[in-house]
Amino acid sequence: MYKILDVKQLSKEIKSMKVSAPEIARKAKPGQFIVLRIDETGERIPLTINDFDPKTGSITIIFQEVGKTTGKLGMLKKGDSLIDVAGPLGHPGRVEKIGTVVCIGGGVGAAVIYPEARALKETGNEVLSIIGARSRDMIILEDKMRKISDELFITTDDGSYGRKGVVTDPLKEILTKRKIDLVIAIGPIIMMKFVCLMTKQFNVPTVVNLNPIMVDGTGMCGSCRVTVGNEVKFACVDGPEFDGHLVDFDELTNRNARFLEEEKESCTCKKDS
Amino acid sequence: MQKRLIMPEQLPQDRIKNFSEVALGYTEDQAVAEAKRCLQCKKAPCMPGCPVDIDIPGFIKLIAERKFSESLDVLKEKNNLPAICGRVCPQETQCEIKCTLKKKGEPVAIGRLERFVADWGRKNKKQRAKGRGQRAEGRPQAAVIGAGPAGLTCAGDLAKTGWKVTIFESLHAPGGVLRYGIPEFRMPRDVLDYEIEYVKNLGVEIKTNIIVGRTVTIKELFSEGYKAVFIGTGAGFPYFLGIPGENYNGVYSANEFLTRANLMKAYKFPEYDTPIKVGEKVAVVGAGNVAMDSARVARRLGAKKVCIIYRRSRSEMPARAEEIHHAEEEGIELDLLTLPIEIIGNDKGWVKQVKCLKMKLGEPDDTGRRRPLPIDGSEYLTDIDTIVIAIGQGPNPLLLSMTPGLKLTKKGNIVADDITGETSLEGVYAGGDIVTGAATVIEAMGVGKRVARAINETSPLIPLQRGN
Ligand SMILES: Cc1cc2nc3c(=O)[nH]c(=O)nc-3n(C[C@H](O)[C@H](O)[C@H](O)COP(=O)(O)OP(=O)(O)OC[C@H]3O[C@@H](n4cnc5c(N)ncnc54)[C@H](O)[C@@H]3O)c2cc1C
Ligand SMILES: Cc1cc2nc3c(=O)[nH]c(=O)nc-3n(C[C@H](O)[C@H](O)[C@H](O)COP(=O)(O)OP(=O)(O)OC[C@H]3O[C@@H](n4cnc5c(N)ncnc54)[C@H](O)[C@@H]3O)c2cc1C
Ligand code: SF4
Ligand code: SF4
Ligand code: FES
Repeated sequence: MYKILDVKQLSKEIKSMKVSAPEIARKAKPGQFIVLRIDETGERIPLTINDFDPKTGSITIIFQEVGKTTGKLGMLKKGDSLIDVAGPLGHPGRVEKIGTVVCIGGGVGAAVIYPEARALKETGNEVLSIIGARSRDMIILEDKMRKISDELFITTDDGSYGRKGVVTDPLKEILTKRKIDLVIAIGPIIMMKFVCLMTKQFNVPTVVNLNPIMVDGTGMCGSCRVTVGNEVKFACVDGPEFDGHLVDFDELTNRNARFLEEEKESCTCKKDS
Repeated sequence: MQKRLIMPEQLPQDRIKNFSEVALGYTEDQAVAEAKRCLQCKKAPCMPGCPVDIDIPGFIKLIAERKFSESLDVLKEKNNLPAICGRVCPQETQCEIKCTLKKKGEPVAIGRLERFVADWGRKNKKQRAKGRGQRAEGRPQAAVIGAGPAGLTCAGDLAKTGWKVTIFESLHAPGGVLRYGIPEFRMPRDVLDYEIEYVKNLGVEIKTNIIVGRTVTIKELFSEGYKAVFIGTGAGFPYFLGIPGENYNGVYSANEFLTRANLMKAYKFPEYDTPIKVGEKVAVVGAGNVAMDSARVARRLGAKKVCIIYRRSRSEMPARAEEIHHAEEEGIELDLLTLPIEIIGNDKGWVKQVKCLKMKLGEPDDTGRRRPLPIDGSEYLTDIDTIVIAIGQGPNPLLLSMTPGLKLTKKGNIVADDITGETSLEGVYAGGDIVTGAATVIEAMGVGKRVARAINETSPLIPLQRGN
């Protein structure tokens, strides 16, 4: 059992949770994820390790309540336990001195990009960050991101905070004005796709962090397969980060809708119970 | 000569509606009658057929005498997991094929008798492990990676001989393929849990959710004080066909399909949260046990039509005869001499059809089986809405790539000594599917035993007790 040490509400649908998992905390690196199961009947779902502390043996995850499992997770409190937490999984992110890096986090993607952005900053890169969300109450980690960024841009779809628009608006201005060595984009598939279309025009290397449906997270099932540069890759072991200019985003969008009907059914059950 | 006793089974029309065990097992009287058929041959030609050296006439004689508890003792001397072997061993090609009675007619039902005794023990709460290998301070520590049949057996035997053993398993439950691959209607989970409990009672600790290579490395295990490491990580990496359309929705690897159904219990969705989706018409590509299991699971999940697509002919099908028979009884069709060459999707990205070629058999290839050759112009399309790819599994590279110095074959399997399991790294042993490629439960158990013995012999630390 993995004890929940703390739960914080970050925005309307997004929570952060600190969990005791000493073996994972000891080995985790930015960009890696865990697979958890809440209880005996639960599904295995992947979540990025947002923060980790080997000294206290804890890891922090940040999740958006989008369906049954994340919904159930959101109902747990400090002192409750998770039945399974396995990790750290996936290749760590590329943390090296690159130059000027733009880190883009869309929605809960800000939670996923934060540890990497921080590590990039600590390694001596200039970090320009963009966080985007539907509206003001969906913006998370603003303070933390501001602290580790040389510049921070915020966009909301409805203009309730930051500037009105999408993350590609400030990105375009940055790419037009100055030389960027790398863009990292993490968020909804559609956002990553448009970021990549834009950076391609400017010929700037771009890394994305893919979120296909996973089961084991260890390369055993192939549920997470994605097409990258015409090759089939398993995101859990070959990724989750890939060269965004090579990813077949449309296929990923399609594959992530595989269980749409079942996900709806699952959620109705949740409300009933 | 008396006929071999038939084991009662659920009727096909009933069992396709449930996930309960198909074969129901002998009653006491049936077992005794079947046991009495054994000739108690002096040389027991059946025994060399068993990779774990069970005293076959010995345990059968005790059944004939109704000494079931003693019979179980004989089994457990060599086999920590008899209820499992009695169910899934390919007995017909192992012990039973060598039985004297086989020449005259039907061999003794060794596997079914083994299963009977193990089930009897479970029902009568006999045979809890004796505390021989209780975890005591000062014992040498061994690490076993992977809780499949190879790892469980090696761990059990090491514990019996005084080692303090910890198994590290990446999934959330132990059992390996027995848990995530083989469905409940062949391997009931209470049976599996009970057998694993026995290994734990021998003093073995099982740590789940530990992915060796990620959560901890082999090097770190040694620095934590482990004196020997056994790698039994299986053949868990799914192969795909490499044909166009394999990423359409509705195409599963057998591993994904079976893991959802078995490990995650998706057949109980929505009581269990993990979904699985099968359409009306399911095609399973491949013809081994994995393919049969996938087809039969699809049937139970409500598919109206299920067919096996296989590029060779019936006599080359690698699945156990009994499994093919069971599948056919359940209405599963065999499309033999057929090769899928393309999967065609609809405008929503779901599988719609599969394009196949008819094949004919040519000269034997290097495996001795006749090579399938395409027949020109034989292309055709079949409507299908779900495809399960069950053409085999290879070694998962995750741990191997994180273990420098470990010598691998071209295919990526670990190079290890046949008898001792020794690898290119000192103190690191390997066995089971990770070495041989996909094989059988009993072979994995056999090597688990041999490695335990080898570890005992080569270890500089003399364990307190030596067992078999
Ligand atoms: C490597 C990786 C890291 C991730 N990190 C985060 C994170 O830090 N924070 C966060 O909020 N989300 C993260 N996600 C997404 C998260 O896993 C899904 O939101 C979650 O699984 C949804 O489960 P559910 O039962 O609540 O919703 P459901 O109703 O089941 O599904 C909602 C959506 O989640 C996707 N999904 C469903 N099941 C799975 C599954 N088993 N694996 C992956 N996706 C699934 C579906 O495509 C669907 O779009 C990550 C995904 C991956 C692959
Ligand atoms: C669907 C199916 C049906 C089958 N039917 C039969 C049958 O009827 N009869 C028969 O004899 N054989 C059958 N087989 C084959 C048989 O199951 C295997 O040969 C046998 O299980 C191999 O045992 P193993 O211990 O080597 O590996 P596995 O059973 O594969 O176990 C390996 C274990 O290691 C774990 N692992 C992997 N990597 C790591 C890591 N890095 N860290 C920690 N743990 C790890 C895995 O999660 C797994 O639990 C079948 C196989 C399948 C897939
Ligand atoms: S373990 Fe398998 S091979 Fe050995 S006697 Fe039992 S059924 Fe036969
Ligand atoms: S060969 Fe057959 S008859 Fe002879 S001892 Fe073995 S099981 Fe009995
Ligand atoms: S999640 Fe199973 S292979 Fe990636």
